[in-house]
Amino acid sequence: MKGILGRKLGMTQVFSEDGIVIPVTVIEAGPCTVLQIKQSEIDGYEAVQIGFADKKPSRSTKAEQGHAQKANTAAKRYIRELRGVDVQQYEIGQQIKADVFEPGEIVDVIGVSKGKGTAGPIKRHNQARGPMAHGSKYHRGVGSLGSIAANRVFKGQTMAGRMGHEKVTVQNLEIVKVDADRNLLLVKGSVPGPKNSFVTIRTATKSNS
Amino acid sequence: MNLLQEVAREQLRTDIPSFRPGDTLRVHVKVREGQRERIQVFEGVVIRRRGSAISATYTVRKISYGVGVERTFPLHSPKVEKIEVMRRGKVRRAKLYYLRGLSGKAARIKEIR
Repeated sequence: MKGILGRKLGMTQVFSEDGIVIPVTVIEAGPCTVLQIKQSEIDGYEAVQIGFADKKPSRSTKAEQGHAQKANTAAKRYIRELRGVDVQQYEIGQQIKADVFEPGEIVDVIGVSKGKGTAGPIKRHNQARGPMAHGSKYHRGVGSLGSIAANRVFKGQTMAGRMGHEKVTVQNLEIVKVDADRNLLLVKGSVPGPKNSFVTIRTATKSNS
Repeated sequence: MNLLQEVAREQLRTDIPSFRPGDTLRVHVKVREGQRERIQVFEGVVIRRRGSAISATYTVRKISYGVGVERTFPLHSPKVEKIEVMRRGKVRRAKLYYLRGLSGKAARIKEIR
């Protein structure tokens, strides 16, 4: 188990050796700094806390600065913990670069999806649309809300509302290329979130390989 | 955006001749048969060019044994050994889909002299 934080730059394509086009997401990954190591004796669990992208001193609180000072670095904009890692291999202040991963490795990418605002049930829950013509008065509205005999609407009934801007994990993406000089990871397929949004990349938890 | 373009730029080919829809091309395609690799030539009229930079593609149409065959290639594909421009055609459209409905004499394209 290993991981790194990064920024999604956007999508492009690369040719494989036999000329097949592979769609890839370019992620600016690292360098990340290890800010803290959580230990089971003190914190009750084991994890490494890593940070990515410096925060301006004018925008960071004293608490953030002090926390980062222990690792001898500036306050970070994006801080995440990685669990399930071998804590012994990390020390505070250590740099993590994109070359922790190799081409061919299978990873999960975690990000915050694009916000869609208020969306109807068709877009939000893949419900079916009613007929648009032939005298139909039922077009894109929410359908049945359940049994009439229940005399109430059950919790979890799918309706219109806020959609997107939630944490999404995309599992089992392949790393196509690692560019250590420019801190770039090329991951096959798409990744949640808009361009320039922060993402976490970690070894896949459910991969077969 | 800059880094994105840089990633793609390494893959761009510089040996692509300039050609337009209506031109006749000979596309030399590398074909892999087991271990051996050989070159297959696909000759026909360019009926479409689309996309930009690394994602650009073009479509070549030819009549093979009386059947129309179209092949779309990525412009920068490493599978294409080389592209030869045989003939420059004079056309007034960017997309020559109307050729699909024509055959024989009607499907000819005037050459630019």
